[in-house]
Amino acid sequence: MSNATEMTLEQREATIGGIGCARRRKEDVRFIQGKGNYVDDVKLPGQVFGDFVRSPHAHARIKSIDTTKAKAVPGVLAVLTAADLKPLNLHWMPTLAGDTQAVLADAKVHFQNQEVAFVIGTDRYAVSDGIQAVEVDYEDLPALVDPKQALAKDAPVLREDVAAKDNVGQGPRKHPNHIFNWDVGDKGATDTAFSSAAVTVKEEIFYQRVHPCPLEPCGCVASMDKIKGELTLYGTFQAPHVIRTVVSLISGLAEHKIRVISPDIGGGFGNKVGAYPGYVCSVVASIVLGRPVKWVESRIDNLSTTSFARDYHMTGELAANKDGRITGLRVYVLADHGAFNAHAQPTKWPAGLFSIVTGSYDIPAAHVTVDGVYTNKAPGGVAYRCSFRVTEASYLIERMIDVLAQKVGVDKAEIRARNFVKAEQFPYKSCLGWDYDSGDYHTALDKVLKAVDYKELRKEQAEKRKRGELMGIGIATFTEIVGAGPSRNCDILGIGMFDSCEIRVHPTGSAIARLGTKSQGQGHETTYAQIIATELGIPSDDITVEEGDTDTAPYGLGTYGSRSTPVAGAAAAQAARKIRAKAQKIAAHMLEVAEGDLEWEIDRFKVKGLPEKSATMKQIAFAAYQSVPEGLEPGLEAVNYYDPPNFTYPFGAYLCVVDVDRRTGEVKVRRFYALDDCGTRINPMIIEGQVHGGLTEAFAIAMGQELIFDSNGNIQGASLMDYFLPTAVETPVWETDYTVTPSPHHPIGAKGVGESPNVGGVSAFTNAVVDAFAHLGVTHMPMPHTPWRVWKQCEALGIGE
Amino acid sequence: MNKVAVKMTVNGQAVEGRVEPRLLLIHFLRDNLSLTGPHVGCETSHCGACTVDLDGKSVKSCTIFAVQAEGANLTTIEGMANADGTLSALQEGFMQEHGLQCGYCTPGMIMRAHRLLQENPNPSEAEIRMGLSGNLCRCTGYQNIVKAVRYAADKLNGRREAAE
Amino acid sequence: MIPGAFEYHRPASLDEAVTLMTNHGDEGRVVAGGHSLIPMMKLRLAVPTHLIDLGNLADLKGIRAVGKAVEIGAMTTQHDLIASDLLAETCPILREVALTIADPQVRYCGTVGGNVANGDPGNDMPAVMQCLGASFMLRGPKGARQVAARAFYEAAYFTARKDDEILTAISIPLPAQGHGYAYEKLKRKVGDYAIAAAAVVLAMDGGKCKSAAIALTNVGETPIFAEAAGNSLVGTAVDDGAIAKAVAAAKAVAKPAADMRGPQDYRSHAAGVMVERAIKRALTRAKR
Repeated sequence: MSNATEMTLEQREATIGGIGCARRRKEDVRFIQGKGNYVDDVKLPGQVFGDFVRSPHAHARIKSIDTTKAKAVPGVLAVLTAADLKPLNLHWMPTLAGDTQAVLADAKVHFQNQEVAFVIGTDRYAVSDGIQAVEVDYEDLPALVDPKQALAKDAPVLREDVAAKDNVGQGPRKHPNHIFNWDVGDKGATDTAFSSAAVTVKEEIFYQRVHPCPLEPCGCVASMDKIKGELTLYGTFQAPHVIRTVVSLISGLAEHKIRVISPDIGGGFGNKVGAYPGYVCSVVASIVLGRPVKWVESRIDNLSTTSFARDYHMTGELAANKDGRITGLRVYVLADHGAFNAHAQPTKWPAGLFSIVTGSYDIPAAHVTVDGVYTNKAPGGVAYRCSFRVTEASYLIERMIDVLAQKVGVDKAEIRARNFVKAEQFPYKSCLGWDYDSGDYHTALDKVLKAVDYKELRKEQAEKRKRGELMGIGIATFTEIVGAGPSRNCDILGIGMFDSCEIRVHPTGSAIARLGTKSQGQGHETTYAQIIATELGIPSDDITVEEGDTDTAPYGLGTYGSRSTPVAGAAAAQAARKIRAKAQKIAAHMLEVAEGDLEWEIDRFKVKGLPEKSATMKQIAFAAYQSVPEGLEPGLEAVNYYDPPNFTYPFGAYLCVVDVDRRTGEVKVRRFYALDDCGTRINPMIIEGQVHGGLTEAFAIAMGQELIFDSNGNIQGASLMDYFLPTAVETPVWETDYTVTPSPHHPIGAKGVGESPNVGGVSAFTNAVVDAFAHLGVTHMPMPHTPWRVWKQCEALGIGE
Repeated sequence: MNKVAVKMTVNGQAVEGRVEPRLLLIHFLRDNLSLTGPHVGCETSHCGACTVDLDGKSVKSCTIFAVQAEGANLTTIEGMANADGTLSALQEGFMQEHGLQCGYCTPGMIMRAHRLLQENPNPSEAEIRMGLSGNLCRCTGYQNIVKAVRYAADKLNGRREAAE
Repeated sequence: MIPGAFEYHRPASLDEAVTLMTNHGDEGRVVAGGHSLIPMMKLRLAVPTHLIDLGNLADLKGIRAVGKAVEIGAMTTQHDLIASDLLAETCPILREVALTIADPQVRYCGTVGGNVANGDPGNDMPAVMQCLGASFMLRGPKGARQVAARAFYEAAYFTARKDDEILTAISIPLPAQGHGYAYEKLKRKVGDYAIAAAAVVLAMDGGKCKSAAIALTNVGETPIFAEAAGNSLVGTAVDDGAIAKAVAAAKAVAKPAADMRGPQDYRSHAAGVMVERAIKRALTRAKR
């Protein structure tokens, strides 16, 4: 039983490959050989294909749909319309935000490319021909595209289906195109702060509509086994269990008869959380035809109909003293939700976690009001690494503090330092009600300023300005809120936002873990194994991690909002600790000592004072199946459902340097320095990869992405011809850095990091571009900072020639 | 729907089929030959996830009909491993340098990088970025992909020992 | 994503190709590199029922010197154009332009013939061909003819090529030895269509401009040969004053559309900046 320690402590740690180790990823092996298993790779016997007839109009009545010619196209098997779904009550489905959404347009279409009919055929080529042959007669209606017109007296009523309701799931509403009004904070205290302030600033800040555009579009394969009465549904689902519950609720199929499988997913970024009409139609078609039905959307479908992101028209105001110390924050948001309120978010928060808008700053009074409205656009809003509207909130406050800095003539780094929540104030309760777990903002910012030699950069900028050259320095010191969330205030469709991990250790010492989250590239097969490896002393190479199959994985709320590490990661640690507690009992039994005589070291229990008497986890594992102490069951496994006591609050300090060509409006990113604090760092290599990817998305958003609509509701730029996805040539080189401020309430102190770079990055870029013009009196420039917009600013200042 | 015969060599194997002329090569590979390594990420020929190596050229297999590849010699990601079954230098590089996250762009990226290194065995960072400008990635921000290609270039030029 | 059905033809000779074009009329389209046509077919914006693949026609390949000109077969890919030593030596602007088109994969397949023939105002080669004074060789059922690039473009997607003609080759009179050249392209990202682009080819003699040609990409329904702008440089020292005049003359003939790349005034302005930068860069390369 005792072992001579053949390996040193360092060697044993290295063998474990646990927390902190930049170990290579376990999932890579299949991807680099083209052996990933994505939804479109799934091929079931007898499988057929389905796809949509989509409306060319943004707002129209459907007068008739003639499917005769389509059904006659060789290879076409069936065509579904709303009329076919009506008897099943599936032509509409509930959204995750309390509204209803059309599965197939019933009498009316509400946005361009909305689904009108579902054509099923033997292969995608036949289906495509069938789609061409469906004849739809539309009566065009005036489109409502400007959210500012949505609440006008004479605005066209979009949602006739709910026009009579005074509540569409998020509280009382005041107009047929109004969805909700949300109010948080202390209006009285805020008004007082403003009326007594030495300085106030106000700015209109629009965060444009963009789209997460993962490289793999959405899709599914639905397979109904009519004999067993069981449905198997493969799909691009970031939250497979939620999909299972939703499908059960809307189809009437009992949940134990539904198996949802998320195989490998080619990027999610919030695009693949909700249920889309394609999923529902595939399920219905499979039930009707008794065959597996595959639906995979095109890129244009993806960009124009699945969950968009942002589209927040914000008005920000700060009250401050003349030194730039903020005394009050006021925000009004007009939120354009599109035609259905369909985004995924905790039900109590119609504007997500927007009230994190006080950011890293100690603001004594704040008041936020949000009005959500319908327009003739695709539904969505919460997506694209946003942490539930945190991207919008962080953008607002980071822009406003720069606006304030310019007004009071205080340096933009200095004003932040003056307003930061101080390290000794943690845990900190914000005036909008959030309990920040930990942070050290001053240290983070100081580290960045030192690394880039900030003083030199400002000197260089001053010299360049004398020569008429435009150079900008953008700072973003963000705090964001992730890890949704405590079930007392976080639920989706009533289900608390806990998460789970189940671990089973095998007799020969390796293990399998299953969790309720679902990676779409974040490296969970590696990082969860690392957490468990450190807790259990089993090499991470010997721990299989599985997610995505609802038949085997414990219930979880999925992966989005950077919640995997804070919630499921905690569950993994807790489940492992349960196992280790049992292992300690078994070890005591094996070594014939009392439990209290043992201490844990990397991969084994040692007897205190007798180090040569030890039992490795590997030995204990076998013993668990061989002979356990009286009163214990054989085996070595545990499950934990973790209901987090709080969110986590990762933070960071980013600094961006840009040079602007005033004659063409081109913005060149000269340098980008990103410091992130995500608490305990599980795998530094993976963290760095997440930061690179998130910053690249932020760069794309700030510099070129937008989905716009003409006055008829025609969407512009919804293909990769126009939608700006940077290549390796445009993408800047990222410099990454970190500090570590663990979360005091998390079992391993980890906070999550995936969305931080998108949250902080966009602000850093915009702040840099505006800073380039700040000396000329410019306080804000709307995104995206395409060359023409930037040039228009130059021209307005008379420096564009 | 007339079908025509088509023959080509894929990953060293002679293959044939009867296909509609309009069948895109990407669908021939994925659906007819069950080679699901190359992926579809768009329909406007921008993303490059479908990239294969065809007669010594990097080709977006979504923008060519299978019938146009008659008699061609193709390599997809499934054919990239070395003859002895070990991973190619590029595949090793992508794993060592964390050049992938979701893996969806990876097959096309590796196939393009493979041809790039044939064109230019010792590319600079700028040349790698330009050389990969037809392959989009949404996860990695490209920085580690560039390192992965450099890793492979170094290994193929004998400047790097094999990884463990 | 899925094209309509068609019958596929792979003629072995130019005669056969022309016959197929004549027989199938509106229903037939030739495919060269396919990287303009096939994406349009996938969106069903083009639905030919007969596709005539020019890939087997050896006659349409190759780059050769023919007297004082260089002749480029229509089926020459951008990749082969970039790799051509003959062109690098005699007409280097072509390589510079080709490298701004799309991406490496597209350049392996996309042909210079396709890029000049389809009349897409976003294509880069047409303006360069106008700048070089190139001619396009066309072959139809009635025989062969030549059309000057400067006379070839009528409107977006409308050219002088008749439906039953095939563009077989491009003939470029060789620019003078020691000429200066540049293609300046402003774009949102690598390989994208131009916000505005300018091609300049000029020759100097004893410090004075002997000849100059300027053409613009994507600031009109067709490429724009800015004749007056080019002529205005001749006889000058191509100093800042002369450049400013040429820029003004070029901007005067730019008629850009407003689209996601920018409003009209911006694109005209950008065209001017590109012309200026192209002239300056061409000057640095020109033998004085």
